Amino acid sequence: MGNTSSMLTQYDIEEVQQHCNKAFSQQEIVSLYERFCQLDRNGGGFVSAEEFLSVPEFAVNPLSQRLLRMVDGLNFKEFVAFLSAFSPRATLLQRIEFIFKVYDSDGNGKVTFNDMLDVLHDLTGQFISENQRKQVLTQVLDEAGYTKESLLVLSDFVKILGSSGLKMEVEVPVD
Amino acid sequence: MSSSEAKLKPSSSELDLDRPNIEDYLPSGASIHEPHGKLRLRDLLDISPILTEAAGAIVDDSFTRCFKSNPPEPWNWNVYLFPLWCSGVVFRYLILFPVRALVLTIGWIIFLSFFIPVHFLLKGNDSLRKKWERVLVELICSFFVASWTGVVKYHGPRPSMRPKQVFVANHTSMIDFIILEQMTAFAVIMQKHPGWVGLLQSTILESVGCIWFNRSEAKDREIVAKKLREHSQGADNNPLLIFPEGTCVNNQYSVMFKKGAFELGCTVCPVAIKYNKIFVDAFWNSRKQSFTVHLLQLMTSWAVVCDVWYLEPQNLRPGETAIEFAERVRDIISVRAGLKKVPWDGYLKYSRPSPKHRERKQQSFAESVLRRLEEK
Repeated sequence: MGNTSSMLTQYDIEEVQQHCNKAFSQQEIVSLYERFCQLDRNGGGFVSAEEFLSVPEFAVNPLSQRLLRMVDGLNFKEFVAFLSAFSPRATLLQRIEFIFKVYDSDGNGKVTFNDMLDVLHDLTGQFISENQRKQVLTQVLDEAGYTKESLLVLSDFVKILGSSGLKMEVEVPVD
Repeated sequence: MSSSEAKLKPSSSELDLDRPNIEDYLPSGASIHEPHGKLRLRDLLDISPILTEAAGAIVDDSFTRCFKSNPPEPWNWNVYLFPLWCSGVVFRYLILFPVRALVLTIGWIIFLSFFIPVHFLLKGNDSLRKKWERVLVELICSFFVASWTGVVKYHGPRPSMRPKQVFVANHTSMIDFIILEQMTAFAVIMQKHPGWVGLLQSTILESVGCIWFNRSEAKDREIVAKKLREHSQGADNNPLLIFPEGTCVNNQYSVMFKKGAFELGCTVCPVAIKYNKIFVDAFWNSRKQSFTVHLLQLMTSWAVVCDVWYLEPQNLRPGETAIEFAERVRDIISVRAGLKKVPWDGYLKYSRPSPKHRERKQQSFAESVLRRLEEK
């Protein structure tokens, strides 16, 4: 698939659909491609961090930097795969996996106390002190049966988050 | 554990209380329910609402939509219509365009042969010179409009020349100014452009009285505000035309109005402009094309058809802030021209949003965490 082409062929669409495990319909993939090209202003075949940050709604999100690390420089196929966790067709496990990946910034499959502290910092900014954050996190971990030294893996996340449904859907506008 | 003493650290950034609340405009796909109940690990780890907002912004966002060009739907897609379209293209480029270019050239010749003498010979008699120059500027604008076969329908009473009034309009392209100027010689406030446009700005537009600004200069805003105030108070200055959006928007949305025009102590006369997309998409996407290319595109289209509504003059209401006044007028214009309002500042095209918005989200989350920690 040519990165600089402005037209998707049927073959391209099917390839992307396979890659994201059919999370999106073919129409949605075409819409996502239009959006991708719109964001990719310099036509390099990938959307850079700058180009993502030029969307004000994205730039004001507290987790934008974390997400940028995951989405910066992806080509279209990987971009769709990234978004597949937000498709209405995604499974609960896929969504939990995505959340896990956001926490697990070094990608070693284990989420540490500091990883969770970092995300909490992103979410609360300067409005809670570092000590208070540590306090809060230790307290809730304790109540859930973990300690400060615990390393959480994906199955832990499934246990913690899987009990009630996660609302994590995004609608792809299709004209 | 001193959780009972847990206090929220005060926000160091002052919340601008009279800014419209962005949350009112953003899609509430992410749950804005008030979480309650004792804080559990699950509540801290569940970042799905915030992730959903971010993903939603990646997939579609109201700001980018404002600057998307919307060319008319292609209709030439079959054997019967395609030759028709081809002959249309030939007619437009080989017949209409040269005729229009000729009309424009004649217009310039007439204009310059009157303007130059008037400008230099009547240097002594200021009021007479101004009167002539006003008429001549209206004339050259009419020639411009004719060169795109502009069909402009003006609604509402023609603006009367009174002191202490300013005109505000929504902004789609620099031709907005030309279309309004052919009816009434306004003084305008504009970004100084390079090239031939800049040349025209510094010579001809000076005569109707123009104020220049530079977007990239932060201190510039105060200087400009002062100049605006001076101009609007002056009795025989041309009425001031201001585009409070500060940037060109695609004629389907309106971005937030800057409050500068609304704190001059003048009556504000709203003007709404709506282009008919069937004939040509008049949006000047300055990121994609230069003004010259934009003009050429207009000159090779069939026509530029638009409606201009002069709306009822508005005054600052008692107890209303400048920002509220600006939003009220934006509402009036958007309703008339069928524009959807978005809560973004047009200058976000050139810069990042202020950290205030993110901080507001962080503060609300922090408050909810601490509150729920106390609950048993």
